[in-house]
Amino acid sequence: MRFLRQKFLGQTLAIAAKDLRSEIRGKEAVNASVSFALVILLLFSFAFDLEPEQIRDIAGGLLWLVFAFAGTLILNRSFARELVNDCLDALLASPVSGAQLFFGKCLANYVLIIIVECISLPVFAIFYNVRVPQRMALLFLVMLLGTWGITVIGTLFSAMTVNLRLRELMLPTLIYPMLIPALVGAIELSRVLINGGPLAENMIWFRILVAFNVIFTILSLALVEIVLVG
Amino acid sequence: MRLKIILTLSAVAGLILTWNLSRIFLQVPDEANQGAIFRIIYFHVPAAITSFVGFYLAMFSAIGYLVTKDLRFDSVAASVNEVSLAFASITLCTGSIWGRIIWGIWWTWDPRLTSFFVCWLIYVGYFMLRRAIDDPTARARLSAVLSIFACVDIVLVWKSIEWFRTQHPGPVLEIRGGGGMAPGMEAPLCWNFLALLMLATALILIRTRQESTKLEIDALRRHANAF
Repeated sequence: MRFLRQKFLGQTLAIAAKDLRSEIRGKEAVNASVSFALVILLLFSFAFDLEPEQIRDIAGGLLWLVFAFAGTLILNRSFARELVNDCLDALLASPVSGAQLFFGKCLANYVLIIIVECISLPVFAIFYNVRVPQRMALLFLVMLLGTWGITVIGTLFSAMTVNLRLRELMLPTLIYPMLIPALVGAIELSRVLINGGPLAENMIWFRILVAFNVIFTILSLALVEIVLVG
Repeated sequence: MRLKIILTLSAVAGLILTWNLSRIFLQVPDEANQGAIFRIIYFHVPAAITSFVGFYLAMFSAIGYLVTKDLRFDSVAASVNEVSLAFASITLCTGSIWGRIIWGIWWTWDPRLTSFFVCWLIYVGYFMLRRAIDDPTARARLSAVLSIFACVDIVLVWKSIEWFRTQHPGPVLEIRGGGGMAPGMEAPLCWNFLALLMLATALILIRTRQESTKLEIDALRRHANAF
C-alpha cells in the first residue's frame, strides 16, 4: 500500500515537475497570464470610477474575475502544449495512469495560477488603493481554496477540449458556468475579509468552497481516465 | 409501435392540457396577493421539474453509455438533454414574465434565478461541445462526462433554496413541505406536470429516433468514403 502510494505520488510529482520545468524555461503561459491580468486591471479602472469604500466592496469580485480570466490562459496551455510532436499520445502510452497525469498537471497549473495571483494581488492593491487586510492569512487560504476549484475543473475540461478546433473558446465557455459556486464563495469570502466584515455569518461560503473542491476533485479523478483514454 | 406510443402520449397530453387550461382560467380563482398572473405557476413549476427530471435521466443514460459503450444510450442522453433544455428555457421565460408583473423587473440576480440560468448555460455548453466533436464515440464519451458534472452542479442549484436567503417565492407545493397552496389550486399543477412529462417523453422519443437515424447515416457515409 505504502509502495503504491509512493509510486502514485512519485509519478504524479514527476508530471508536475515536467510541466513546471517546461514553463520555467519557456515562460509562455505565465508571461501571457500576468500580462493579461495587468490589462484587465487597467480596463477595470476605465470601467469603474469608484470611491475607496465602494472599491473595498467590489474588490473581491474584481480580484476573482482577474484570477479566473488569467487562470484560463494557463489552463488552456496545460494539455495543448502536449499536442506538439504527439507528446500527449506518448504520455498516455507511458506507464503513468490517467489519474496521475491529471493530478500532476493539476498541481503544476495550481502552482502557476498561484504565482500569477501572487503577482496580481499586490498590483491590484497598489492600483486601487486597497489596504492589506488584517486577516491576510485567511485571504490567502481563500485564494488557495478558490484556485484549487478553478484548477481542478479547468484541467479536466482542458483535457476534454484539447482536440477541439475552437478549444480556446470552448474552455472558458464550459468552465465559467461550472465554476460559479466556487467563484461566488471565493468572492464573498474575499469581500468580507477585505472589508473587515464578520466572518462567522459567512461560513456557509467557506463550506460551499470546500464541498465544491472535494466533490469535483473526486469526480475528476474518477472520470479522467474516460476523458483521456476512453 | 414507437409511432403509436408517440401519438398516444401526445394526444393524452393535449387532452389533459386543454382540460386543465379550462380549469386554470375558468374555475381556479385569482390569487389574493398576485392576481391573475399567478396562473403562470401552472407552467413555470412543471416545466422546471420536467427539465430537472430530464437532466438526471440524461445523466443515468450517459452513465449507461460509459458502462456499456452502446451509442443508443448516448442518443437517448442527447435527446433528453435537448428536450430538458427547451423546458428550462420555458421556465426562464415564464419566470421572467412573472417577475416583470410582481417584482416590476424582468430579471434579478437572485441566487436561485442565477443558479437556474447557470444550469441553462451549462447545458448550452453541452450542446456546443457535442457540435464541436465529429467522432461519435469521442462525442458520446466527453458529453457523458459533462452530463455527470452538470448534474452535480444541479445539486447545488437545488440546495440553493435552503442555503441562500432569496427573494424568490419559497416552496409552495405540499410535497416540498411548503403547504402554501390550496388543494383546489394544486391539483391542476400536478395534472399539468403529468401532461408536460408526457409531452416531453413524446418529444424525446422523436429526437432519439432522429439521433439513431443520424448515427446510421454517418456510419454509412463513413463506410462509403472508405471505398
